[in-house]
Amino acid sequence: MTPSPATHIAFVVLAALAVLSGWRVFCTDSMVRASFFLLLSFIAVGGIMILLTAEYLGVAMFFMMAVEMMVMALFMVMFMMNPAGLNPMKMVHQERVAIVAGVAVFGVLSAVAVLGDFPDMPLPAEHAPVISLGRELLGDSMLIFETAGVVLLTTMVGVVVLSSRHGRYGRADEGSIPPGLEPGGEPAGQPKESEEEKGEEGGHAHQHHH
Amino acid sequence: MTLTTLLVLAAALIGIGFYGALSQQSFVMLMMGLELMLNGAMLAAVAFWAYSGAGAPEGQLLTIVIMAVMAIEMALGFALVVAVFRAKQADTTEALSELKQ
Repeated sequence: MTPSPATHIAFVVLAALAVLSGWRVFCTDSMVRASFFLLLSFIAVGGIMILLTAEYLGVAMFFMMAVEMMVMALFMVMFMMNPAGLNPMKMVHQERVAIVAGVAVFGVLSAVAVLGDFPDMPLPAEHAPVISLGRELLGDSMLIFETAGVVLLTTMVGVVVLSSRHGRYGRADEGSIPPGLEPGGEPAGQPKESEEEKGEEGGHAHQHHH
Repeated sequence: MTLTTLLVLAAALIGIGFYGALSQQSFVMLMMGLELMLNGAMLAAVAFWAYSGAGAPEGQLLTIVIMAVMAIEMALGFALVVAVFRAKQADTTEALSELKQ
């Protein structure tokens, strides 16, 4: 595989885009904009994958990240303060340590990249990456692929369990009382519930335990 | 576009992600750092596949596995953020000083 000059130019542009937008994620005031910068970084990496002729992976990256970052932006609006970036914001701790650690990780990994001796086995002249990937996924490596599917299903179940307020045997956070919004205030985020319903659920739980 | 430049780019993404994961206070921003690190890992996997793996399909499979890891991290991370926010009204790491109550 001998890349053309246009490929080189596209690579340089996409690499700069990936790193700059990755860096901007942690400098912008708005958290929603931060998630779009992350999306831009992922799309640049997806473009580099397409340049490397891994078309399926590059396009899958586009689709997956577009949806993922939309979900992330929604969560930003729901949960986080200052989603629109109207005020200057910098929510960091141990920043100096983090910068040193990040630079150290970059230094060590790029030293491995520059000094390491990797086998030089480029792609064969004519190869069909999508076809070979499909044969691999539903052939020799089917077990790995199916395991990933089962793990994703388990994740779905776990996520529902974690995020649901009510379990089968009553409230998921039974017994723990959240702190009030002001010191000494009423517990926050507790919905009003009738005693009758609670009693019923308690009895249900009792029945199943014994 | 050589293996070295691709790996240096992946190292840069992993470094930035590491900085973000260590320094951000907000849970969701912290997860963005983790995602950026996985992004670098995927790029490195594809680079090795293209330049020193002779196009072995297992290289692409590894990238797909990393994508699945990313989806799982995202889904479980958000579920944990929701659970923690419900229990303690906390949305930053500083607000969680104890494991229980």
